Amino acid sequence: MNGIADMGGMHGFGPVDRSDDAGPFHDDWERRILGITFSALGAGLFNVDEIRRATESVDPITYLQSVYYERWLYSTEALLQEKGVISAKELADGRSATPAVNTTPPVTKDVARIILEQGGTSRSADGAPARFQPGDAVIARNINPHGHTRLPRYVRGKHGTVIVDHGVFALPDSNAAGLGPRLQHVYGVRFAARELWGLEALEQDTLQIDLFDDYLDHAQQRAK
Amino acid sequence: MAEHDHTDPPSDPALRVKALESLLVEKGIIDSEVVGAFADYYEHRVGPRNGAKVVAHAWSDPAYKQRLLSNGTAAISELSFGGLQGEEMVVVENTPTVHNVVTCTLCSCYPWPTLGLPPTWYKSPAYRSRIVIEPRSVLAEFGLILSDQVEVRVYDSNAEIRYLVLPMRPAGTDGWSEDKLAELVTRDSMIGTALPRLPA
Repeated sequence: MNGIADMGGMHGFGPVDRSDDAGPFHDDWERRILGITFSALGAGLFNVDEIRRATESVDPITYLQSVYYERWLYSTEALLQEKGVISAKELADGRSATPAVNTTPPVTKDVARIILEQGGTSRSADGAPARFQPGDAVIARNINPHGHTRLPRYVRGKHGTVIVDHGVFALPDSNAAGLGPRLQHVYGVRFAARELWGLEALEQDTLQIDLFDDYLDHAQQRAK
Repeated sequence: MAEHDHTDPPSDPALRVKALESLLVEKGIIDSEVVGAFADYYEHRVGPRNGAKVVAHAWSDPAYKQRLLSNGTAAISELSFGGLQGEEMVVVENTPTVHNVVTCTLCSCYPWPTLGLPPTWYKSPAYRSRIVIEPRSVLAEFGLILSDQVEVRVYDSNAEIRYLVLPMRPAGTDGWSEDKLAELVTRDSMIGTALPRLPA
């Protein structure tokens, strides 16, 4: 979506403030929402692409006014309601309106350890056709989906070069929409800074970004 | 998106988190004893000292450096680091002609097993918006002025691959132990917003 989270290239946010660097958490509620979200994720109530979709769907004013872990709170609240796990009334009351129906056992300490120490990747050993090869001239598609995508606005319509094929992964656009895994190659694509930002960028500067097959078209090789 | 009413002024997040947690515990969906384990892991067990060990080892062992650059995930796991948000690691090497710097413009993706959870500035709109369009200005704010001869290469880690910068080993460190070298490797030097410390 063309949302507030897609902020690459925006102006107006001022200098990077590095004064707050004591640690990842300020308050205990930040620790708790991290653990609540991972517990829900580990219990299979939603997936990580849905979290990103819910986070970027937080309304833009709230998004900018929130600290980082507030956005985790809002996205987890929204997803649990969307999935029918909790209702708005229950959330407001902080109490369950129905007796517990434990269809999803809670994440245990052992499972938490496995999540943390092993993680999980959507990389697939299953084959998928690779539409591009390293060295190919490509153009990032000019698409504007309402749903979640990992194709930021600032590369759309721009010409780049495939540097590396990272292998086959699940397309986040599909996972985030609850449509299940759709397997595609992901490529590291390099763009000249001048292609993205114009002549104020230095000629030799570049940007590399990982793009799925669905985000790319073949382009005619063109002179710099 | 759920029919989530964002027009109400959000109440204190601490109260909302508490309400959410007790509701989910009551429903048998989460275990309160486990909730704290996630933050605890990143506050006490994982952080940028892990990445510093990887860098110092690469500086000391050319064969390891080759493995690190060709398969980051496998080489990092040789030092027993890995897991959530480090499943697909790519290590990019700074050279006299290329300086790498990492961001995630769409959210705040970051290599947790080697660097821990990201600092506030990495997650800020100012960094995410500006590092891609004016990396040299942002780096200058960090105190890093790069020559016009150097290529600045920004990595926007928007998919599942997570990036760690391998900085250049500072001159004057011949014969140093890995432990001593690791002390020069700062978190920011592995994001690409700084160079390693200079030997005293």
